[in-house]
Amino acid sequence: MKALTNTVAAVALAATAASPALANISDDKIKIGVLADMGGVYSDLCGPGCVTALEMAAEDVGGKVLGAPIEIISADDQLKADVGSAIVRKWVENEQVDAVGGLVSSAVVGAATKVLTDAKKIAMISTAASNAFTTSACSPYNVHWTYNVTAMANGTVKPMVAAGKKKWFFITADYAFGHALESVATEVIEANGGEVVGVVRAPLATTDFSSYVLQAQASGADVVALANAGADTVNSLKAATEFGLTEMVDVAGLLVFTPAAQAMDPDTAGGMRLTTGFYWDYDDQTRQWSERFLERTGTLPAMGHAGAYSMAMHYFRAIEAAGTDDSDAVMAKMRELKPEDFFARNAYLRADGRMVHDMYYAEIKPAAERSGDNDIFRILSVIPGDEAFAPMLPECNFN
Amino acid sequence: MTTFLGINLFALFGQLLVGLINGSFYALLSLGLAIIFGLLKIINFAQGAMYMLGAFFAWMALSYFGMNYWVALIVVPLVVGFLGILMERFLVRPIAHEDHLYSLLLTFGVALMLQGVFTHVYGSSGLAYAIPEALQGGTKLPFMYLPNYRAWIIVASIVVCGATWWLVEKTRLGAYLRAGTENPQLMQAFGINVPLIVTLTFGFGVALAGFAGVMAAPVYSVSPEMGSNLLIVVFAIVVIGGMGSIGGAILTGLAMGVIEGLTKYLYPEASTTVIFLVMVIVLLLKPAGLFGKEA
Repeated sequence: MKALTNTVAAVALAATAASPALANISDDKIKIGVLADMGGVYSDLCGPGCVTALEMAAEDVGGKVLGAPIEIISADDQLKADVGSAIVRKWVENEQVDAVGGLVSSAVVGAATKVLTDAKKIAMISTAASNAFTTSACSPYNVHWTYNVTAMANGTVKPMVAAGKKKWFFITADYAFGHALESVATEVIEANGGEVVGVVRAPLATTDFSSYVLQAQASGADVVALANAGADTVNSLKAATEFGLTEMVDVAGLLVFTPAAQAMDPDTAGGMRLTTGFYWDYDDQTRQWSERFLERTGTLPAMGHAGAYSMAMHYFRAIEAAGTDDSDAVMAKMRELKPEDFFARNAYLRADGRMVHDMYYAEIKPAAERSGDNDIFRILSVIPGDEAFAPMLPECNFN
Repeated sequence: MTTFLGINLFALFGQLLVGLINGSFYALLSLGLAIIFGLLKIINFAQGAMYMLGAFFAWMALSYFGMNYWVALIVVPLVVGFLGILMERFLVRPIAHEDHLYSLLLTFGVALMLQGVFTHVYGSSGLAYAIPEALQGGTKLPFMYLPNYRAWIIVASIVVCGATWWLVEKTRLGAYLRAGTENPQLMQAFGINVPLIVTLTFGFGVALAGFAGVMAAPVYSVSPEMGSNLLIVVFAIVVIGGMGSIGGAILTGLAMGVIEGLTKYLYPEASTTVIFLVMVIVLLLKPAGLFGKEA
């Protein structure tokens, strides 16, 4: 027995001696937890696909950073804030997780980032929409990568108001996210000389929007803005088309992910304007990555998937440059280095954690112009990051 | 413009009509539940999942076999009804002698499993299903534009609901059915195959949900969650109408659609709550429901 103990001790010693580079990596590994919606309404936006995206990033750096292996674990937040924060707490307290990626529903992310900030671990937010994570709830450990409600409103609303569409009507999802989107968009409309002629707040997961469409029709608006997401967008657009609303006025989707756009009948959705942080068919670089993703998951990447990958790559690069996985040192390097890949164009991570990068003003292609099932958007213009995102608040400057 | 008490009457008519259309869906779904509960005393929580299956099967029939909407409208309810028969025969019947709670939990579990499988295979975002060509376009009424497909929903729903009511309440087959569930031993003594009647009735109730699913595919997003969103509302309607009352389920379904439509116009935030409010009031004043018989 004693001999065995000695052997084990010797092997352990030898292992330590063989890897001196790991001295600054906590627990000798880099462990990332992916907290996402694995089976609910947002699972197409960032669920199992976000796990794949992070695994792809880990593979692309050879599975190791500074000689320490990368480990990816994941859990389902069930879109519940209490479930999400309990998982994150367990991860940071018992499982030595260094950073948490995925992060989908703004309500869950709000709870999760509090736990992460207390533990001084990095929140890599890929898919949540709220702008709170870099404003009212900002933290030195929040990284918000893909988009936020401000960028959506600026990107879609501004060009339409400038083109003379002055009167707006909102069909808003009646919860925090919808209200945030509506209020940010209203600011943009009013600042550019337009006005809001009416608002209906439809409960989340409303099946039938025809009643709201009739109200929009009666309002005399030039544009009907859909401040909702996922199935709500699909259903409201269906009703708008059926009742002839799309022939009378423009319909703008304030948050349309590719899976939702794919779920819409191209004849009804064709021509709708939107803003996106990523489109798979933008150029060779995006196509190359997206085809890899498609091969592994069987679905096209949504912007959150691409963002999750890009953010993880930047995180690994920052660890490499900092020579440690200590959160403060890594955050400083993430801000210092410029992210540059197929997703992040003209990009930089601001001191408040907002990743500022080019966004895209796009339109959904009508059926006649599509070459296949995956041919969904036409990119109309590139919106420079500084125009899309709001300026940093002084109280959120963590440099 | 015509107004009354500050309400635009044209807009109001529009909302009433839209409410009636939604009521048609409620009527179809609550009718299926009412048959299964009223006649068999099974609380079928999988009814919403069967509705979802109806919509998905219509989509699959079109995408994989090129089967058009009209054929799907006949074939899909038969397929869904057949699945219902299998579910009754192999899952529900073995626990039929237990408390109602067991079948409730069982069917709820089946619903969750179906929903999970479809989310896994088809994702959560939903699928697109176009309105059949013959019903595209619409009619301009003085107070609103009525899409042809919505008009078709009202007509089809009223025909199917009316026929079902007639079948159960007015025909010999319906009489056997009601008698067989009232006193199975006596009916069996008369040579009627009661278990077969029970299985077929369950299948029929489920087929109604499948039919509603096909009807819904062109206008609502075909997604795994579509049934669970509606199911709770439909249960409330069955409770308001009176558990097991066939006519009550139909009329209450239509009426609740209209009440919900008005709420969407007057105070949209409350539109998902109003039916439950009505349920509470009805339960307080008339515990057996509007059309239910006092026990």
